[in-house]
Amino acid sequence: MYAFEYHRPTSVKEAGSLAGQAEDTKFLAGGHTLLPTMKLRLAGPANLIDLGQIAELRGIERTGDTITIGAMMKHAEVANSADVKEAIPALAEMAELIGDPHVRNRGTIGGSVANNDPSADYPAACLALNATIVTNQRKIAADDFFQGIFTTALEEGEIITQISFPIPSRAAYAKFRNPASRYALVGVFVAKHADVVRVTVTGAGSNGVFRVPEMEQALSGNFAAEALDGIAVGEDGMNSDIHADAAYRAHLVGVMARRAVQAAAARG
Amino acid sequence: MTTVSLTVNGQPVTADVDPRTLLVQFLRENLRLTGTHVGCDTSQCGACVVHLNGQAVKSCTILAVQAHASVVTTIEGIAGGGELHPMQAAFREHHGLQCGYCTPGMIMSAIDIVNRKGNALDEQTIRAELEGNLCRCTGYHNIVKAVAAGAQAMAQAPLQQAAE
Ligand SMILES: Cc1cc2nc3c(=O)[nH]c(=O)nc-3n(C[C@H](O)[C@H](O)[C@H](O)COP(=O)(O)OP(=O)(O)OC[C@H]3O[C@@H](n4cnc5c(N)ncnc54)[C@H](O)[C@@H]3O)c2cc1C
Ligand code: FES
Ligand code: FES
Repeated sequence: MYAFEYHRPTSVKEAGSLAGQAEDTKFLAGGHTLLPTMKLRLAGPANLIDLGQIAELRGIERTGDTITIGAMMKHAEVANSADVKEAIPALAEMAELIGDPHVRNRGTIGGSVANNDPSADYPAACLALNATIVTNQRKIAADDFFQGIFTTALEEGEIITQISFPIPSRAAYAKFRNPASRYALVGVFVAKHADVVRVTVTGAGSNGVFRVPEMEQALSGNFAAEALDGIAVGEDGMNSDIHADAAYRAHLVGVMARRAVQAAAARG
Repeated sequence: MTTVSLTVNGQPVTADVDPRTLLVQFLRENLRLTGTHVGCDTSQCGACVVHLNGQAVKSCTILAVQAHASVVTTIEGIAGGGELHPMQAAFREHHGLQCGYCTPGMIMSAIDIVNRKGNALDEQTIRAELEGNLCRCTGYHNIVKAVAAGAQAMAQAPLQQAAE
């Protein structure tokens, strides 16, 4: 790991102004992506701004038809939150499927969303649930936020403060895990909202998380796994690597989508 | 250099560290608590698991400075009054180790599982919860037995749990 200056701000404002003043900065959340990357010297920021002591980035709040989660909330905290479990059980279940217990005790929702790893779980949840990513500067709809692998709408020095999720009428997540890394080989999040169904896929696409409009249309008419009969996702644009080739990933999208719809429908 | 103050196994510790010092390096090299191991250094194996504010974490993927003002418990901090912690005793009794390299992380993870899931643990739960701990020797069979027995024994040893 290259040497860096370490900063420990106690407010979002202070973190933002540190990022504005110092050269070559990076925010540190749970560190479960950033620190391994720094050990490999793939990242070597001159200044590391630790968000860990900022109380206003924590907390989970339910107001009316929305669940709002602070950026520094850990995966285990989201998985175990009574509010999340009641309002959006699919989101709590998704968080429980990330990595292993130790990873869930450190990794944060804000870090995962900011990172936009093409195999990460939260991007699929945010996009399917039509979440809003709130930063210290603005509010960004999930549809505009995720812009391809490891690429987001975030500007240099912009801090995610909260993510707010409209509560869907039903939702579920089906994940085919890579048995070694536990990241999604393919994960499909299905959410039925009052007016529309959203279906999102992570792990499969070579350009990161994406929606499947054909499936969304079919499910908007009939929210049942049978509605997906005859709909296949093509191999084009699918990721292909030693873990799974494009054809297999394309096939898994269909399988996981059906499982997610069945699970969501069974929630009654 | 950055100053870090924390509590390790009940003792207050303050030190000036290079900010890139990992918590595991700090424990092993500054404090000479070499029971916590580095297996992979890539957040995969769990040999480095310690408790940070009561929760199991991989200390190779945390900066020492991130543990500022926290409470850390390592494998050295769980035995009380010359007696092994019931989970340690169960690993010995059930041959839950061969070379022993993974064992400190396994035991710290196992205690964390009991803290979260209670004293009656079935095999499936134990195997799923040990996902982040790799053992190259045992084939896990005896580790699973040891965790189940240690979990039961922890119910009978409230004083030692309190010592944590
Ligand atoms: C063994 C292992 C298994 C894993 N398995 C999975 C898995 O199955 N599924 C999955 O989805 N993930 C998995 N992960 C990744 C894990 O969820 C990470 O914790 C997560 O991707 C990053 O979150 P973090 O809090 O650790 O962020 P960090 O590593 O601290 O930061 C990641 C990036 O986001 C930026 N950032 C962080 N917070 C903010 C913020 N509030 N505003 C702006 N930028 C910010 C940082 O600057 C950095 O660039 C795994 C990780 C490990 C080590
Ligand atoms: S040394 Fe930390 S997980 Fe392997
Ligand atoms: S006993 Fe040797 S690695 Fe587990």
